Formats: sequence, C-alpha cells, structure tokens
Amino acid sequence: MAHLRFRHGVHPPELKELTAGTPIRRMPFPEEIVLPLSQHTGKPATPIVRVGDRVERGDKIGEADGFISSPIHASAAGTVEAIDLWPHPTGSFQPAVRIKVEAFSAQAPRPRIIPDWEGLSREQLVEAVRQAGVVGLGGAAFPTHVKLQPPKDSPVDTILINGAECEPYLTTDHRTMVEYPERVHLGIRIMMKCLGVDRAMIGIEKNKPDAVARLQETLPSDIDVSVHPLTVKYPQGAEKMLIKALLDREVPSGGLPMQVGVVVHNVASVATIAEVFETGLPLIERIVTVTGLGIRQPSNLIVPVGTKTRDLIDACGGLMPDAREVVFGGPMMGTAVADLDAPVMKGTTGLVVLSEREVKPQQSYPCISCGHCVDACPVFLNPQILGQLALSERWEEMEQHHLLDCMLCGCCSYTCPSNIPLSQLFTMGKAGLQRAKAAA
Amino acid sequence: MTTPRFLITASPHLAERDTTPKIMWHVVLSLLPIVGASIYYFGPSAVLVILASLVGCLLTEWVFGKRETLLDGSAMITGLLLGLILPAGIPLWMAFVGGVFAIGFGKLIFGGLGQNIFNPALLGRAFLQAAFPVALTTWPVIRENWWQLRGDNLALPLMAAREVDVVTTATPLGLQKFEQTGTELWRLVIGATEGSLGETAGVLILVCGAYLALRNYLNWRIPASIFLTVGVLAGLLHLIDAVRYPDPWFMLFSGGLMIGAVYMATDMVTSPVTNLGCWLFGFGIGFLVVVIRLWGGLAEGVMYAILLMNALVPFINRATQPKVFGATKPEQAKGSA
Repeated sequence: MAHLRFRHGVHPPELKELTAGTPIRRMPFPEEIVLPLSQHTGKPATPIVRVGDRVERGDKIGEADGFISSPIHASAAGTVEAIDLWPHPTGSFQPAVRIKVEAFSAQAPRPRIIPDWEGLSREQLVEAVRQAGVVGLGGAAFPTHVKLQPPKDSPVDTILINGAECEPYLTTDHRTMVEYPERVHLGIRIMMKCLGVDRAMIGIEKNKPDAVARLQETLPSDIDVSVHPLTVKYPQGAEKMLIKALLDREVPSGGLPMQVGVVVHNVASVATIAEVFETGLPLIERIVTVTGLGIRQPSNLIVPVGTKTRDLIDACGGLMPDAREVVFGGPMMGTAVADLDAPVMKGTTGLVVLSEREVKPQQSYPCISCGHCVDACPVFLNPQILGQLALSERWEEMEQHHLLDCMLCGCCSYTCPSNIPLSQLFTMGKAGLQRAKAAA
Repeated sequence: MTTPRFLITASPHLAERDTTPKIMWHVVLSLLPIVGASIYYFGPSAVLVILASLVGCLLTEWVFGKRETLLDGSAMITGLLLGLILPAGIPLWMAFVGGVFAIGFGKLIFGGLGQNIFNPALLGRAFLQAAFPVALTTWPVIRENWWQLRGDNLALPLMAAREVDVVTTATPLGLQKFEQTGTELWRLVIGATEGSLGETAGVLILVCGAYLALRNYLNWRIPASIFLTVGVLAGLLHLIDAVRYPDPWFMLFSGGLMIGAVYMATDMVTSPVTNLGCWLFGFGIGFLVVVIRLWGGLAEGVMYAILLMNALVPFINRATQPKVFGATKPEQAKGSA
C-alpha cells in the first residue's frame, strides 16, 4: 500500500494500554437515567412522554424533529420522573427526560418483530435505521440515516469504515472490532445495500493489530470489503484525513466527503446498525471506555445511554485521589465536565479521568514563532496568524485565513511550546464570525 | 462521595511536554560545551567577556522587562551568544554595553520575547561593531601562558586604550582576504584559530546543534540550507578560479558561519515559520555570506547576512503560506481518484 497516511499531525502518547486488553463488560443499571433531548447534531428531539408515564426499555420517548434529527429511546424500564433542564456534557443545562429505573425489573424490552433486513428495500432500511435513533458513535453524533441518503448528484462509490480511533486513551472502537467483528461486517453489508455501493474499506491504525487480524479472519468473500492498517498519527480518524490516507482523495475545502464519492461511518455505528437488525432494539446502549490515570479501574463498558457520570465512575471503582479533570470523549477533542450529573449520550466515546500528572500546565508564554503549529496542522492552516487575529477579535480576517477549514482537532494547541490555547481561540473565532454574520 | 475540585479547560487536554522555557534552557545547556571550548582556547578573557555580556543582558531584562521573564531563559541565551561572538580582547565595559543594547534595543523595545524582528545578540554585536570598530576587529595572538589576558579587557569606559604589550594577528578570513594566506583545515575544524570566542570550534558547534535539531528545538533546514548554499556557491567559484576564491571547506569552517548558521539564524523568533520559508531564508543567508566575504569590503559577512534576512522574514512568511487542504477544485479532486 503506497499512501496510507496524511501529511502533518501530531503523535500524542497513546496510553491505550490501560484498556486495550480489557474485555467489554456490562455495567449494572443505575437508579436513574437522564436522557437529554439533544444528543445529536441537528434539532433536539420532541418529548412524547409525560411525567408519571411508565416506559419499558427500548420505548421511544422523544420524536425526531425534522430531517437532521434523531428519535430518543428509553434505555431502561421505569417511570418518567421529570422533563426539565439538566446538566449537559457540553457544560450548559439542556432539556432532558429523567427516568426512575425500576429496581427489580427484568429490563426486558417489549416483544417486537425483528425484520429480516435482506427482505427490506433501501428506503425501508434507511427508515429502520432512522427509527432506531442511530447516530454516529464516533463523537459528533451526526444522524446516520442522513449519511445513508446522499443527494442524487453526488454518486458515492466507496464506504469507508473508520476504525482509526486516533484519540489517545480510547479503546471503544478497538474492543468493538476485536469482540464483534461479525457484527461489523454485517453492518457493512446493510450499509452497502442502503447506499447501493459495491466497495467498502476499513481503516484501522496499526497500533491495533488484533483488531486488524480479527476483521481479516472474518472477512466475507462475497462482497468487496478490505481492511487497511494505517499509520499511527493523530488525527488519522478525522474524515478528511482518513479519505486522504485510504483513497488519496482530497475533500474540497468547505465540502463534504460525498463530493469525492465517499461516505465515512464510524465502526461502532456500523456495529450498532447490525445490532438493530439482530435484536430489533434501538440505540439505547453503547460501549464507553472509562480510563485515565485518575480512575481506579479503567474499563470498557456497555453503558445504558443516559447513565450519569458519577454512576459510571462508581462502576469503575471510583476516582483516584489525584483525579483532576473529567473529560467526555477523547483528551484531544473532548469536553471537560464540571458536573458529575452530566449523562452519557449516544455520542460519548469515552470518559477520561486525567490525574494531576496528566493534565497540561496552565501557564502560557509569548509566541516565539517556532512554527510547530504550522507543521502540525493537518489541513495546512497557519495557526500562528489565526491565533494573533483571534486575540484582536478580527473574525473576518480569520475567515480569509480559512478559519472555517479548521476542524478543531487541537494539534496546534497540543504542540505549542508556549501553551497558547489556539484551538480554543478558533472555537471563539468561529462563534464570533457567526455573530458578526448574523449582525450583518 | 466527596467531590474533588475539577479542572475545566478547553480541549485538547493534553500537551506536549516541551515548553518555551524548557526549549530556551536546553539551548543554554547546549551552549555550555562551546563556552568551555572558548575558555580552553582564550583563557580567563573568555570567562570575563562572556560574564560581562551576560550581566548586561540579564540586568537589562530584569530592570526593564517583566520580572518573571528572566526565568524563561531567553536573556540568558542572548547573553551567552553575544559573549561568544565577541573577540577575546574586547574591554569588558563594551561587552556589557553590547548586552544592554542587545536586550534593550534588540528585544524589549519591540515588546519582549517573540516580538523582535532581529536576533538580539547579533544586533548587539552590530551596534558594537559600529561604535567600536577597532576593538571588534583586534585579534591578539594566542599566548603561551593560558592565564594571561588576551587584550585590554580591563580598560576603563571611554578612555583611550592603554598601550599594552599585545601582538595582534588576523582571523583566518582576514588572512585569506587581505594577505592571501590560507589556514589548515584541521585547525579550523577543531577551533585552534583566531576569531571570536565561540565561533572557532566548528565541529563542536555542529554537534551541539545536532542535539537541538534532534529534539526539534531548532529547524535543521536553516543550517542545512545555509551550508548547502555556501558550499555549492563557494565550490563553483573555487572551480572557476582556485587562486582568488578559497575552497568551500574553508568557507564553511571559517569565521562565524558555523555559530551563525546553527545558533543565530535558527533563532525561532526571527526565522520563518514555514519549512519552505526556512529553506529560502537559509539560501538567502548563504548567498549574502558568500557575496559579502568574497566581494565586499569586510572579511566576515555572516552577521549582516543574517540581520538582512531577519528583516525579510515577514515577507518570506507571507510568500510561503501553506496551501489549505482540499484547495483544489472538486472536479480535479475526483478526477485523480
């Protein structure tokens, strides 16, 4: 293979060994489940239950509001306690449905007819995926059904399955591939039918040889699926970087993967689609890596969506005395949470508890023009200039310097010896630009 | 459960362990062997001159800078580097004034670390060269007695120099230019020649620079580009007229080229941020060095070559902006698939 890499990027310590060899286990149901209505990219769902309602595991409690939205389902049987504002992992308070979990319930879902996916048409398959509330499980939680219906003018020839998992610490996708390779292949089959595409490629960073081997062993012979080990480099799992590495195609600046004939799906989302057609259950639980030196027992857990952070931490033996920062998602792009009541959502890939030793220093120094950020940026921006512009709030000029191409991957901040919070400045810049445009 | 106080920061939550002060102190560390060599070759004069320049730099940083910036190590680098590019016999008060000028006018007046256009140490030396041309180009011969001062180090400020019993000589470049006398290459390589305190030990400078390059504390492209340009240009000229033009090895290992290319040109603040820019920057320095040395009125041109190219850095940066990912037209992108 000639070109399984992209240019630039950084090499953060992987620290995946904490959980890479730990088999996935199921965590017990917590006493209370909190389901935010906004767990995905797009419009929040509309609640369809009332306080006091009894729900079974798998019942729909929120209806999708529009095309780019996703329904929400109860992840445990119990009684709706409240529908009100609750701490959200993003740091704000968001409307959420709280369910008091029934203590001695068998947690059996209602009996349901499981459709045979091979008998369904493309439209029916996409609708089933939509009804199951499947969203991208890689972090951004973009509704999957949208990505299964590309516009007619952008023909897709290849599905890329993203098993890169380039974020340090996380092993969610890794364990999924090692333990459920057949499910991944079944999901790929279903997706290929949905999209009418003949070719699928699975990209996995080379640091997961067991995942590569398991997927190779179980490779179906009747469809065109191939497994590709990738260079280990952050952000290999970013859509544009993955497409560049596997197909040597460049998604145009400001464009979508569909424009170069590709859709990218996270490997965990693919496995979830297979699960939907295996069990008939919607997306109500997911695999979460709970890790970091600040947690007593790092684990890979099957977690009901809506489990509160504190329950998750308790299921992993609690915090170490030097735990300092709790991060939702990976340490490169994840969000630090202030409130341990914030629940796990559909897009929560991991919970990383960083200890005093792991957190970055807080002091910044002046920029010394070392150029490390320019060398690191995978989309070839000049973070040094963008940072200076952000500090003087020159949002429009930032746009001229291609601010909107920034993926906020954090490579520049990571590598900056002066510890300048570049990607935070760019988040600010993007918001400032939006405000400036709205005002204009 | 007792809730510990959590840190809330923006992503990324990890950072490379290299910090700006750490880089600076590593540069200081890497300069110590060169300081050692200069003491070996020039005796107590080297210690005194380097100390005087250091005191000038650190004092100015402490008085006029923000107090905590003393600890970031950058004034220390400037002080050491300035000391290392002064002749051993210079009066100490001049070295001190050079240090004050380097930090005050080379760095602080621009707004401190990261804001300056010119390399502070070189600016300090350029100032001294303009103000005290004789003191900056007097090269006493190496004495038999290591303990003896190499010149009138202890002269009082602004007094006429005392007559001291010093036999002066010239640097290899001066000998080459004005007397057409060569110097054996081995002497140049190990540093057993006349010259500024720290510029003579070519191989040692290369080794120390390699250490920094391996840790990514300097961009290896700049010295590589300078060496390549000087080597190729001098080589071509030497082929054309071997009598008039010295061979490329002489050009590379004589004068301040090594310390300039490895330590001055690679100053992060005053060099381009893009890798392509660094190649161009080095090419410009190499070209100017050859032009000044071979056709200019001066024997040595590294200092002015670097200062001139420092001034061009903003333009180089602008001209070598990387092209944004996916900047090609969508049709083309698809066509290549």
